[in-house]
Amino acid sequence: MFYKVVALVLIGVWVGGRTLCAVISGEDVAYVARLARLRLTEDEQAQMTRDLSSVLGYVEHMDELSLEDVQPTARVVDLVNELRPDEVKPGLTKDQALANAPEVADGGFAVPAAGS
Amino acid sequence: MSDATQYEPVIGLEIHIQLATNTKMFCGCRLEFGAEPNTLTCPVCLGHPGTLPVPNEQAVKFAIATGLALGCSIAPRSMFHRKNYFYPDLPKGYQISQFDIPICANGELSGVRIHRAHMEEDAAKNIHVGESGRIHGAGRTVVDYNRGGTPLVEIVTEPDIHSGAQAREWLQLLRATIKRLGVSDVNMEEGSLRCDANISIRPVGQKELGVKSELKNMNSFRFIERGIDAEIARQTALLNAGEKVEQETLHFDPSSGSLTSLRSKEEAHDYRYFPEPDLVPVAPSSELIDEIRASLPELPLQKAERYENDLGISAETSKFLAFNAEMGAYFEAVLAAAGDGADNKRIGDWVVGELVARIGADADPAESKVEPAAMARLVSLVGEKAVTNAGAKTVLDKLVESGGDPDAIVEAEGLAAMGDSDELAGIVDAALEANPKAVEDMKSGNMKAIGAVIGFVMKQTQGRADGGEVTKIVREKLGL
Repeated sequence: MFYKVVALVLIGVWVGGRTLCAVISGEDVAYVARLARLRLTEDEQAQMTRDLSSVLGYVEHMDELSLEDVQPTARVVDLVNELRPDEVKPGLTKDQALANAPEVADGGFAVPAAGS
Repeated sequence: MSDATQYEPVIGLEIHIQLATNTKMFCGCRLEFGAEPNTLTCPVCLGHPGTLPVPNEQAVKFAIATGLALGCSIAPRSMFHRKNYFYPDLPKGYQISQFDIPICANGELSGVRIHRAHMEEDAAKNIHVGESGRIHGAGRTVVDYNRGGTPLVEIVTEPDIHSGAQAREWLQLLRATIKRLGVSDVNMEEGSLRCDANISIRPVGQKELGVKSELKNMNSFRFIERGIDAEIARQTALLNAGEKVEQETLHFDPSSGSLTSLRSKEEAHDYRYFPEPDLVPVAPSSELIDEIRASLPELPLQKAERYENDLGISAETSKFLAFNAEMGAYFEAVLAAAGDGADNKRIGDWVVGELVARIGADADPAESKVEPAAMARLVSLVGEKAVTNAGAKTVLDKLVESGGDPDAIVEAEGLAAMGDSDELAGIVDAALEANPKAVEDMKSGNMKAIGAVIGFVMKQTQGRADGGEVTKIVREKLGL
């Protein structure tokens, strides 16, 4: 449940940012839940709708500030070009890589068929 | 159908090229095609929590070189974004890509505008995807993450292409350009160059674009041309029948020529791009950009111009040589072997006309048995009239078949041109005797009749006689 809340808050911030609308509808929640592959009960969806509206309402306090001269900012640290040289570094062995696989088949991560 | 509306196809291409770096885009895992599955991974490219991506400097330089070769402007500061969607080949649940500020934009290559070229990471590879070999109908997918995180440049063109043939020719030029840059293997079979096409049609004269479909992952030039033409035909038939084109993603099956819908777009993709918080902007200095620009090699378009202007090769042959990466490299090798003062135009004609006729236009001549030096020598023998055209073609047959040295083949097969010899004069006498009608016709002014005489001589000499020489002797003998 905790992850669901975190995921929905993150997505909710995005929805809010995009639509500039603090009040979020049940349909918005259903839509972002579907994108996040979360299955919500009706109660959970209602709860999320209230919680996300509250979060976005809080973010909306930003509107009280005069931000006309402020550039949209994705990060505050003024760093650029943090690059690495094109040199091979040791990675994981195949067994290590597959250790966390839900299921292993033919030396690969076996998952339910893509697209279904 | 005869009074049906005329439609204009409008095609834009999206090309993914895998960069030929040693390591992945955001981690130090080695890149190797065909390695044992899941042996080239680390916590970063497997998307484990708490890992941090760091961009590969060489990949950034390669992306800049690609953009410059395509006439793009390079963004002084570009950003990475997360493109969010769920698919088993994407372990993080998002792909690191570029969104509103790609590193390269607004270019042009041979009349096709480049909308943008941006950096991103490749997805992993789904293996064992079911009986059909495609994504549908499989019960389970097995994923190999070796490819996941390979640096890509995605090149997006404007919709400036209007036929399958044009798409094919342009893509060949693009491939030759990238190959010349050395930033990618551009091997379509191995997937280091992949092409999707957005295709729509509109009534001729109409400005606004029709509904487009997307043709995915065609892995050869031939399929691209055929797939696009098939989709244009399908859309035309739909509109002519009063139906509508649906926006969808299609898969072209080259064996049947049919197009099938891959996945419906009922739920339009909503990728929720947002700035990648783990990566800082890429801000190449103007010095770096200038340095990369100065190091660009001669590119196929310039090469075609040089062949045409400096070597006197026809425009068509020049393009064929320059736009076909392997052919062009071979041609250059033959030129180098031939040295200064060689008849470059004749070399071009022999490579494009005769060698290609024998090995096929899609073959790599470097993999044939005809060494560039042998090709150069053969053409020079033709130039010196040491061997006739017909004789040289026989020599080339032998070279293609088993390689070797042209001089030795000429010697062994007795293919040396006869030239102005007594032997040839004797054969011409016999030819005249055997063709009294032709002799009469020539004497009464019909020189076309000489064909029969030349034919006789060629047959007798197995093509070793020079046609011009025979004509000269005939004229002398008949006093014409």
